[in-house]
Amino acid sequence: MTDSTYWWKLAGKAFGVGVLLFLIAPIIAIIPLSFNTSSILTYPLEGFSLKWYAKFFADPRWWTAIKNSLIVGVATVGIATPLGTLAALGLSMTGFRGKSFIIAGFMSPMVVPTVITAVGIYFLFSRLGLANSLSGLVLAHTALAAPFVVITVSASLSQLDRVLLRASASLGAGGLTTFWRVTMPLIMPGIVSGAIFAFTTSFDEVVVAILLTGPEQRTLPRELLSGTRENLDPTVMAVATLLITLSVILLLVFTALQQRSSRLVDKDQ
Amino acid sequence: MNETTSTRFSIKAAGFLLILPLVLFLLAVFFVPLAGMLRLAVEDTDLSSVMPLTVEAIERWDGTGLPAPAVYDAVAVDLIAAKETRTAGVAARRLNYDTPSLRSVITATVRRLPKTTSTGTDWATELPAIDPAWGKPEIWQAIARARGPWSDFYLLSAFDLRRDPGGSIRAARDDGGLYVDVLIRTFIIAFTVTVICIVLALPAAFLLISTGSGVSSLLMIVLLLPLWTSVLVRSAAWMVILQKNGLINTLLINIGLIGQPLELIYNRTGVLIALTHILLPYAVLPILGAMRNVPRNQTLAANSLGAGPLRTFFSVYLPQILPGISAGGLLVFILSLGYYITPLLLGGAGDQLLPYYIAFNTTQTVNWGLAAALGSVLLAATFLLYAAYIRVVGVQRIGLG
Amino acid sequence: MKKVIHLAALVAALAVPGIAAARDLTVVSWGGLFQDAQRDVFFTPFKTETKAPLLEDSWDGGVGVLRSKAQAGDSNTWDLVEVEAEELAIGCEEGLFEVLDPAKFGGTEKYLPGTASDCGVPANIFSIAVAYDGDKIASGPKSWADFWDVKAFPGKRSLRNGPKMNLEFALMADGVSADKVYETLATPEGVDRAFAKLDELKPNIVWWTSGNQPMQLLGSGEVAMTTSYNGRIPAANAADKRNFKIIWPGAMLNVDSWVIMKGSPNSDSAYKLIDFMGRPEVQAKWPAKLNYGVSVTDAQKLVPAELAANLPTAPENLAGSLTLDAGFWVDNIDQLTERFSAWAAK
Repeated sequence: MTDSTYWWKLAGKAFGVGVLLFLIAPIIAIIPLSFNTSSILTYPLEGFSLKWYAKFFADPRWWTAIKNSLIVGVATVGIATPLGTLAALGLSMTGFRGKSFIIAGFMSPMVVPTVITAVGIYFLFSRLGLANSLSGLVLAHTALAAPFVVITVSASLSQLDRVLLRASASLGAGGLTTFWRVTMPLIMPGIVSGAIFAFTTSFDEVVVAILLTGPEQRTLPRELLSGTRENLDPTVMAVATLLITLSVILLLVFTALQQRSSRLVDKDQ
Repeated sequence: MNETTSTRFSIKAAGFLLILPLVLFLLAVFFVPLAGMLRLAVEDTDLSSVMPLTVEAIERWDGTGLPAPAVYDAVAVDLIAAKETRTAGVAARRLNYDTPSLRSVITATVRRLPKTTSTGTDWATELPAIDPAWGKPEIWQAIARARGPWSDFYLLSAFDLRRDPGGSIRAARDDGGLYVDVLIRTFIIAFTVTVICIVLALPAAFLLISTGSGVSSLLMIVLLLPLWTSVLVRSAAWMVILQKNGLINTLLINIGLIGQPLELIYNRTGVLIALTHILLPYAVLPILGAMRNVPRNQTLAANSLGAGPLRTFFSVYLPQILPGISAGGLLVFILSLGYYITPLLLGGAGDQLLPYYIAFNTTQTVNWGLAAALGSVLLAATFLLYAAYIRVVGVQRIGLG
Repeated sequence: MKKVIHLAALVAALAVPGIAAARDLTVVSWGGLFQDAQRDVFFTPFKTETKAPLLEDSWDGGVGVLRSKAQAGDSNTWDLVEVEAEELAIGCEEGLFEVLDPAKFGGTEKYLPGTASDCGVPANIFSIAVAYDGDKIASGPKSWADFWDVKAFPGKRSLRNGPKMNLEFALMADGVSADKVYETLATPEGVDRAFAKLDELKPNIVWWTSGNQPMQLLGSGEVAMTTSYNGRIPAANAADKRNFKIIWPGAMLNVDSWVIMKGSPNSDSAYKLIDFMGRPEVQAKWPAKLNYGVSVTDAQKLVPAELAANLPTAPENLAGSLTLDAGFWVDNIDQLTERFSAWAAK
């Protein structure tokens, strides 16, 4: 009996390995193609070359796109992080009727299909003259990104040890002092995680960008979409590789922050 | 009021103040635009903006026979003004949605009208002389239907329906509709992706939970990396992999498994593979969470009582992780309703989902009323499912963390 | 609190440039290799000569897009747009474009007779023709019937997404001679016949939307044959050392036009650019780039004879080709696009 359980479990794990391979393999597989000498996107590779990267870095259109994406991403972080952090703090301080309604409302930009959000914003912004401006894109991205900040900051707040806050207060610290000296440092990992989430949300977003950008505001995903549809060559793979590298870095930072925050909690307890 | 209640009160007030900025922001940038879209789906002012006098005059028509000469005069005055401002196209387009062929009637009429209104012209005979359509009731019925300011025209169109002259609802097209098919297709694809994702997520979550913490955190990164990688990058990767001369076909042909390349892209297969890949992590995470909560000794107990592994799984384990499965499944289903770029890149014309037609009608045909109506349908479906999702997971745990 | 306000101000300052700055002249064309060539021949020399800034965007056609731009009013970013024949006619009628003042670009007489109109001046003369890979199909297809024949020539086909031209091609594949195509299409039965013929090929069609896609699909081996703008074919051969062949019989001759969007704040610069592009010596450089025809009468004499033979306007290439009937599409584009979308989605 246990023997057959063992085999069943092994089979399950093997299947699980297969599934994880399915998740990661496509992302890994395209990376070598960006270093290939040939322009044909398949294996075996013909030789090593950095020419596609050279082509990418020499093209002013990609540079403009990177610049726009960075501006929008940073501005989105700049607005979404304080908004989301304040909201998470507010939610943690009080219970009131209709709170779950507010939370559901805060989270809805994550579940409403982006195309609907994009179209709604486009209809409105084109009347306000905000279509075809980076500001319009920043506002839209902030709406999409703020829920992530609320989530990560709320998660750190829920791990926060109330005893510490009371200790601080009993030592004579005022509310604001307690906040800046005790609460803030403890929830910092959550805030930074939220900021990272907000940044990737904006940096990867393409549907709103299609509707809300003119030629001057083309973002990196917008250019990448044109490249993928019209000119799928190793240069596009080079851009993809750079984006994957950025994702890995941000993910590792994020994971490290999560671990740090759970360690902080462990130490306090 | 004693001190504690006042402190409690001020804490509550402070909490509200802190929430307020995000509430206001989302209202302005998210909920107001959504409300605007809903409004656009039932608003019908294209015709009245160009032909205000006609719309006012036709109110007094009883809908039978031909309208009074005053209505003809109103049409002439409106269209002559529209000729000057070159806005007749808006009215022509709106009437053409109702009855194809009316665009050419309007544009031809505008072309032949004089530049200025002169009194004394008998438009009730003059207009039918310009285009015989003005002498038949159909065009007047179309104008009456499109007078606005509100109508169910676009919402009905979103379900391939329309009103006939008598006001009852019937199919809009003889050759079958488009959007009902698209809606059904969207749900079928979302459902298929959901089922595949759950089937794949179970072993993946099982692997993650049964490995040591070191390996497990590495595997966790493998699971999360796709989630962090841009959807566009992942779709592009699948294009390269699934193309006729792409990675999979070259590999299979080289090892001699197939002679002719498989058709994996620009069809349903490509869409399903890529959507599954994109949404799988969303299914794994809630299932993993549920598995973590199952006490180990229970399955052991079942085993020691002689239950076989399959029976243990179905009767002991599965019921306990069911909340995780339904949460993951609902999440995948909701999210897969909204994909636009991935089917665009990997699917054929028959594999596009509702979001494609929303975008198409927004930017290509610029039938904003229809785009808004289709968007409202999708939004309603999303919110219903979202409510179900909240019921399953509880509002505090919506985020994946 | 002060800090927060400063931060907000900083963020606002970061985000604001999009709104405040006055827009520069924006030229909209068809992207990819085509627009690269236009940049070399027209846009960059114009920028050098006038020292004026010029922005570019690209699009894939569709009168709806122009309507949405016109509807967007002040937030429309497009000034000078290259449009296709029926878009020119519909847009002019609907007031999407400025009515041109010939005095501002040196008159319409310099263009080929009948090519300049109220709202547009000719931008480019091109054909949509069939292309195939000469390295893969030795004895190539010759006609639209061959394009439809997936038994003799296995593999997928690529056509432009939309009814325009595809209905004409389908009728020719069904045996209608080029001079009878529009006569047949004018009847409902003719339209049904064209759709029925398209139905036959439907399982094998991959639709393209932007001009670079056909060469991409052909190059990657995804399709065996495709329709394409004639100029992209030799350009792909030159850029990627390909052996793509073009079939002239049954090709569809088109004239694109430059239009100025209604209410454009940059119409003066747009006129200057139209004037610049219409100079014979500038136009004469155009065919060498992508084998497209010139629209200025005096420039035709400046095109070398061996080059002229490769243009869609060369007599031997024109034989058996068809000229797009803009009038038909003005009347029918909306209705047939709707029918086509419903048909394609099934």
